[in-house]
Amino acid sequence: MSADAHVPAGSGRTIGPLAGVAREPGVAKPDPVLVVDGLRRSFGGVTAVDVAHLEIQRGLITGLIGPNGAGKTTLFNLLTGFDTPDAGTWSFDGEPLGSTSAYAVARRGMVRTFQLTKALSRMTVLENLMLGGAGQAGERLSLALLAPAWRREEAALRERAEELLVRFKLDHMRDQFAGTLSGGQRKLLEMARALMVEPSLVMLDEPMAGVNPALTQSLLGHVKDLRDREGRTVVFVEHDMDVVFDISDWVVCLAEGRVIAEGPPESIGSDEAVIDAYLGASHGRDRPPRKRPPHERGTA
Amino acid sequence: MIETVVFDALRAAIGPTAAAYALLAIGLNIHFGYTGLLNFGQVGFMLVGGYGLAIPVAVYGQPLWVGLLSGLAAAVVLALLLGAPTLRLRADYLAITTIAAAEILRFLSRNSTSEDVTGGVYGLRQFAGEFYAVSPFPGDRYLGALAFSGNRMWAMTVGWGVAVLLSIAVHRLMRSPWGRVLRSIREDEDAARSLGKNVFLYKMQSLILGGVLGGIGGMVFVLSLQTIQPDMFLPQVTFFAFTMVILGGTATAVGPLAGTVLFWFLITGLQSGVRTVVESGVIPGVSAGQAVGATTLIVVGALLMALMVFRPQGILGDREELRLDVR
Repeated sequence: MSADAHVPAGSGRTIGPLAGVAREPGVAKPDPVLVVDGLRRSFGGVTAVDVAHLEIQRGLITGLIGPNGAGKTTLFNLLTGFDTPDAGTWSFDGEPLGSTSAYAVARRGMVRTFQLTKALSRMTVLENLMLGGAGQAGERLSLALLAPAWRREEAALRERAEELLVRFKLDHMRDQFAGTLSGGQRKLLEMARALMVEPSLVMLDEPMAGVNPALTQSLLGHVKDLRDREGRTVVFVEHDMDVVFDISDWVVCLAEGRVIAEGPPESIGSDEAVIDAYLGASHGRDRPPRKRPPHERGTA
Repeated sequence: MIETVVFDALRAAIGPTAAAYALLAIGLNIHFGYTGLLNFGQVGFMLVGGYGLAIPVAVYGQPLWVGLLSGLAAAVVLALLLGAPTLRLRADYLAITTIAAAEILRFLSRNSTSEDVTGGVYGLRQFAGEFYAVSPFPGDRYLGALAFSGNRMWAMTVGWGVAVLLSIAVHRLMRSPWGRVLRSIREDEDAARSLGKNVFLYKMQSLILGGVLGGIGGMVFVLSLQTIQPDMFLPQVTFFAFTMVILGGTATAVGPLAGTVLFWFLITGLQSGVRTVVESGVIPGVSAGQAVGATTLIVVGALLMALMVFRPQGILGDREELRLDVR
């Protein structure tokens, strides 16, 4: 069962810059946008995250996988300032991000989404998107009553939001409350909203969870667009191995908080450490995070 | 007889006290309706506004404008003190802190050791002279059967004038991008954070703004009564204000104003009605004093329950909006 042959045409892996990089945990990369060192976080006696060293290559899609409880979401929370580590440092774009609060991390250009989607229910879809605009003068209390000071900026923001709505096929819902959207539409909304911030690094926490197969294909397309059309870096957590194999340029596997393997998706599925992590050390010779052949997959 | 009841109710519904409560309600609507902050001590802001005005004028002989400024400043300071430790925590902490702080302030102002400044339980008088000196209503009977005195007429005009102007301003604020951020915090503050919004700053601004409105409400209240006493500021004042916001329609522009007028109309009409019935001697063995207070509160409670069951969005709210799951 040769998985690689079924990589859909046009997935356009850009492994290029990482071609010569060793396939080992914590390996250095040629142009890292995010560098993590000695990051540790424990809850009571459980060490949720214990990452010695990790680099994320700029301009690529990096998939973060691992069994339940491996610390993927905790790592996201730490890196984006939503949680505070017990120890460790990390830098984004060469700037240390130590004790930066979550909103400041986002302003630096590292924007996340959430595993449990956070649609702002009692605001319209358009308002949800417009909230993503960064550095809006009208968001300052001192200027809020002086409409002429921000009207033009607001119009430009609206225009950008409308474009994204069209791109994410949410334009017919623009004036509906976000609370009326389906689960999959909320995922789209959240991704579009994150893009309104114009981040250089997008962190997607399970972007495909609970999304029907048809919508999955379109979401995958959007994620690839982030890399190909807009040159953004993407890190995403995902459990669906089809998705991981389909869009990642590089895969990092976490287990019990540690990085246990790294490599291009083709090699990660056969990595001993990854198989051990998923099935336990005394497994048979089967391959757990394998790519299913097309006839088993949900179709678009 | 019916006429008396209706006129009593109308008199209260448009009177200066209602205007003061409307200001409290507009402030609470900023906190609770737009930002999702649970402030259970709005009466504390009312108290510092009132004493902030009365103390410089009545005790230290300052002009009225000094009193007005110090009332505003006191509300800002109280908001900063309450917000700084609690706004980074879960919503409940602000609720606990504000309700306790409001009671602490009331006990402090009625304490005998603070009698020199606050007048203790007797409170303060004679700080409203300058306010009524500029009144354009020299007569002593206005609005026909409602029979408003000139002073009452002036306090009402100023109170409602300020309330309407400020609710227009609040409405415009909430429709600005700033208001959009506030509403996003109400919906999910982590989402707002993830989009680069400094949630703490916005919550603090909201707390200050709503608190200042409460403080202005307090100033209108004490100016209209021309006296201030600690026990005007019981915790139930806050809950009456909450009732008004919910009755009118949470997170709507006109809701707090409409809710206040309706609330005062109903509660005063009821009091007056019960008093009329009891005094006519239809119900034997019940004295007017006991019956009026208790009955009105029972009926208000029942009405509030009925409102939450049958029309939780208030008279002006959007039912569909309320049905949406918030998480």
